[in-house]
Parts: sequence; structure tokens; C-alpha cells
Amino acid sequence: MKKRVSLFVTCIVDQVFPQVGIAMTQVLERLGFQVEFPPAQTCCGQPAFNSGYPDEAGTVARHFLNTFGESEYIVVPSGSCTSMLSHHYTEIFASDERMLALARGTSPRVWEFSQFLIEVVGVEDVGARFDGVVTYHDSCHALRELHIKDGPRKLLAKVQGLTLREMEAAEECCGFGGTFSVKFPEVSGGMARTKIDSILKTEAGTVVSIDSSCLMQIQGVIDRARLPIRTMHLAEVLAGR
Amino acid sequence: MTGQPSETINQTLGDPRLQLAIYSATNRLMTHRAAAVRADLLPDYQELRTEANQLKKHTIDHLDYYLELFEKNVVAHGGKVVYCSDSQEVADFVLSLAKERQAHLIVKSKSMTTEEIHFNERLEKHQLEVVETDLGEYILQLAHQRPYHIVAPALHLTRYDVAEIFSKNLGVEKEVVIEKQTAIARATLREKFLHADIGVTGANFLVADSGAVVVVENEGNARLTTSAPKIHITVAGIEKLIPRAQDLGVFLTLLGRSATGQPLTVYTSFLSGPRKSDEIDGPDEFYVVLLDNGRSKLLADAEKRQSLYCIRCGACLNHCPVYRKIGGHNYPWVYSGPIGAIITPQFHGVLKDPWLPFASSLCGACAEVCPVKIEIPKLLLKLRAEVTDAQRRQGRGGVERLAFRMWAWVMTRPKIYLMLARIGGFFAPVLPKVGPLGKWASQREVPKLAKTSFHEWWRERK
Repeated sequence: MKKRVSLFVTCIVDQVFPQVGIAMTQVLERLGFQVEFPPAQTCCGQPAFNSGYPDEAGTVARHFLNTFGESEYIVVPSGSCTSMLSHHYTEIFASDERMLALARGTSPRVWEFSQFLIEVVGVEDVGARFDGVVTYHDSCHALRELHIKDGPRKLLAKVQGLTLREMEAAEECCGFGGTFSVKFPEVSGGMARTKIDSILKTEAGTVVSIDSSCLMQIQGVIDRARLPIRTMHLAEVLAGR
Repeated sequence: MTGQPSETINQTLGDPRLQLAIYSATNRLMTHRAAAVRADLLPDYQELRTEANQLKKHTIDHLDYYLELFEKNVVAHGGKVVYCSDSQEVADFVLSLAKERQAHLIVKSKSMTTEEIHFNERLEKHQLEVVETDLGEYILQLAHQRPYHIVAPALHLTRYDVAEIFSKNLGVEKEVVIEKQTAIARATLREKFLHADIGVTGANFLVADSGAVVVVENEGNARLTTSAPKIHITVAGIEKLIPRAQDLGVFLTLLGRSATGQPLTVYTSFLSGPRKSDEIDGPDEFYVVLLDNGRSKLLADAEKRQSLYCIRCGACLNHCPVYRKIGGHNYPWVYSGPIGAIITPQFHGVLKDPWLPFASSLCGACAEVCPVKIEIPKLLLKLRAEVTDAQRRQGRGGVERLAFRMWAWVMTRPKIYLMLARIGGFFAPVLPKVGPLGKWASQREVPKLAKTSFHEWWRERK
């Protein structure tokens, strides 16, 4: 019997970058998984949590936990949302015993997409092909809360035709930060432009990351400056043939 | 966001000279730190951080005990401990001592704690002359500015700025060669050291089991400050305590490396009491002022209490992408960067500068380099919730709260979420760029909502 995985595509992928969810589905199905999509899913609640509204975040978190109660593996195309689910839910429900138990039970079943491939499936070569030079952006929550650093690079290294060229400031924040990007737009924009200077120096044509929110920020500034660079989620690269 | 000093922030962002000064100085400090904590040079770096955290936690959790122990040992060395609850009490103590001893001139080494209480300004009002002797602090005193950075106070000034400041205040020719600028400062300050009645320093550590004050520095001015004048006063926050002298093995290993990448600063002074009969130098009188100034308030919250672990290395500032853009003076208090963003609201109340805990992308670079492992992003989140809660109790911030309530309502009703997303997607191209959308569009292109959401794709696929 095929192993089952449940996708949590995140609100931003659902509405803005569905191709990332589709790519993730393709990669997982090629690896022989039976992919499921609990249709009641919406958002992890992070926007409210990071804006100082833990109660509203808790309402949405409760919905998530009820929606994914049965899933054995929950795979997410985002380090930031994964960290919200696996690290911060327990903080939100610190004083609610029943929900805390549910959050603790769910936490080990949540996997960021690249982490799932490397640590659960144990695969580095998914048989993908991509012609070009790419540089990899370490998204902050993946790097510092989930300690994801080598996994995506290992996966990229096995993609045929792909050259990975590291940028100097790979670990520096892109400046998105959720509502920070609209509460402090000039600072956020400045941070993105510094990041893009670093990307430009590599002369890579594509920036790859495992968080669509970072890529939305980076692509937005790239487009404003009319630069010939595109952003791609790791799943899109890995789905390429 | 409301209350943030947008105008001066944008001035800083729009000043290429200043941006370069901040970026290159912090970059240098980051590079040096990274080299100093490399695994082959300091293999137990992470263990040291954990130990430092545990030591600080233990000390702060038992602060009353260690304060008493420290006092007992200072007294045993012939020194005196003075407890002050705020800046006024510090000023009163120093003024009355100066009056009794007929002191007129005070030399000072670099200290954030005295910056915090406006020490110089308070005493100068009473005709005392107070002179900063750290080069950066001296430049800033002449320029009437506050420190831009915890460790590198004049980080934002170029040598051309310094030439102007010296020329205007000291009556010297404009001198742009850094070595010669240092010589000018040295000549002026040497005279001050020789004639000073009182020397004032801060403290990097107060060692409870030996009653010693530990001061680290690179210029030798703190050593002169503590040995030339007849009276010495240390002004330190109560959180500077560590239990034992042997714990310095942990803290000194981390402090210099985290701050500037130095294995040890050039000078590390251990001050324990006044000069004894068989010693050739040192002050005749030795005082340690233990300052509260709001610190005991922080002890009340078991989680936020860890803010008091800070050893003021400045690493979080250097690694903060926000500090590196907006610099030090846009923060409302003398403590800038991530550590400033978590302690300022706790000292001054969350409603004084409600924007401050929000001025972070929560990237976590600060916590990664903090030598005492303060969970800065976690505390920022906690403070954000405290801000919105305090605003609610004052009947403010209603629009944003209502928006998040509605958002949470929608996000727990999948059918409505999908319906609204479809409507939103339909109208998105013609929506006026106002509110958050306008803020987004001020810096970058607005992403287009997908024609078909993943939800729809999945439904059609089956």
C-alpha cells in the first residue's frame, strides 16, 4: 500500500503560487506517495501571531489542528509556516491543556518539503532537470528555527544541468517579515535591495528558496527594478524534467 | 506604523554616506566575530553560550543573594556599596560626595549605564566638569550626541566628521589623519586625567564571591580612570552580577569575541577596593553604585526576565538587518538594535514606543549570535501581544484588531475563504493601492493572484 502524505499548501501558495503546490504534488507522486489534500485547510495563523494577536492566531490554529488531526505526514512548502505549526503552536496553547496536547501531538508530524524528502524519504536525487545557474536564499525561519541548511542544497546539487552558485549573504533576511513589510515598507524594501545586490553578484538567473513569501518579496523588488532574474520555489525546480 | 520616527528613518535610509558607514562597520564586526568563534578555534563555543545562559539565569533568579554577597565582599576590601533606585539618586550621591571632597573634575570611561541615566548632563548642571575619556565617547560628548552603538559609539562618524568636531570644539586645525586625531584627544585627555578628582566607570561584571568589579576596554583610558583619581565610583546595573571569579572564564571568552572578534580585549581590569597600604597605585576611596532604574520591574516576568542576561556585546546590533538599515539614533533609547527593542518597552512601558517591538522581520539573526542566548524574537512576539493588549484596554488600535478578527473568522470557514479569495482575485487588478497594499506597492510590484487557486486545481483534478 502506498504511503500517504497530506499537503498543507499554505494560504500564500494556494492563492498566489498554486504552481508550487502542484509541483510539490508531482514530486511526491513520482516518489510513490499517495498525496492527499484536506480541503478544509486555510492558513496556519502566523500573520496574526506575528502581529501581536495570539488569540486570533489561536482560533486559526485550532482550525488547522482539527483539519489535520488524522494525517500521518503533513508536508508544507514553507519553512516559516512549518515552524509556526511545529514550534509556535505550543506557545499559543501554553495554558490550554487539551489544545496543547493536540499541538504537541501534531508537531512531530509536520515536515517542511525539503526536510521531508531528505529526512523521511531519504532521497537526494528526484530525477529533475533544470538548465541554468541558480543561487539559493536561506529563508530565516527554515534556517534558524528548523535548522535547514544543507538539505535544499543537496537536492539542488542532484538536479541535472543545474549549477548552484552561492551568494555572499545567503543567510541574510530578505526583509519580508509578514506585516513588517507593510508596517515598515522603506526598511523592508531596503533590506530586499541589499539582498538583491548580493544575488546579482552571483550572475545567477534564478533565485531558489523554500519559502514563497520570501520569493514574493524578492520578485516584487526585482520586477520594480526590471532585473532579468526570476524566483522559483525548490519544488518547482525539483518537478522540472 | 504609528509612532515610528519615519522621517528620520527615511533620512538615514536616504543618506548613502551613513548607510555605507553603518554597513561597513557592522560588516567588519560580524566578520571578526565569525572568525573568532570558528569551530577550530573555539570548539566549545555553543557549550560556552549554554553555560553563560545558565549562569546568568541562576544569578538573576537569586539576585538578592548575590547582591548581598557582593556587598559583603566589597566592604571587606574597604569599599562601599550604594544602592540607587534611579538616576536622581545617583546624581544626589555623586553631588554630595563631590561637595564634601571639594571635587570639581570627573573623568569617565565608557559606560552605557551612565548614558542611560544622563549622568553627565545631570552633574554638569551643578558646575561639575565631566569628561568622557573613551575616544568615541569623547567625540560624541563634544558633538552633543548619544552613542550610535553599544560597543562602537561613534560608528556613524567619519574621520572628516571628527576633524570638524575637534576643530570646532578644541580650537585645533582640521586634522583628518586618524592617528593625529587620536594624539589630539590624548593630549587633551592626559591633562584631565592628571587633574581629575573622581574617576567613574561602568562595569562589565560584578563578581559576587570576590567583590571585584571587572572592566574591559581597548584604549587604556578605563585603567587610568580607575587608578589616577583619588576617588573611584563604579556605576553598574544590578544585573551585572556573576557568582564566582571562575565564571569569568566563560564570560570573558565570549564577550570580546562576540563584540569585536577579540579573544580578549587589550585591557581587563579587576578592581577590588581602594589602594591598600602595600600597593603603589589605586584610589583612596572606592564606591560601587548599584543601580536599579527599572531593572527590578523586569524580574517580575519569569520569561522576559532573561532580557537582564545581556552582557552588552553589541553582536545583535551588528547582525540585525534592521539596525543595519536604520542605525542607532532612530531607536528611542540609548540601547539600540534588537536588545534595545526588547528592553526599552520593558523599562518605559509598552505604550511609550509601541512601534518598537514591531520593527523587526523576526529573522532571528540576533538570537543566533547572542552569547548568553537571549530568545530575542520570542520576546519581541510577546511584547507585540502586550502592545496590542494594552492598546485594546485603552480603546485604541481597533481597526487592525477588527481586521484580524474578521480574518480569523474567514480562515476558520473554508467555503467563505475560497469565495472571498475568488472575489478578491477578480477585483485585485482594479483595487486602488491604498492601505497595506499601497505600502507594499511603494517598494515592490504587487503579486498577481493566481487565476486558479490550488484548492480549485485539486478539485478539478479529481
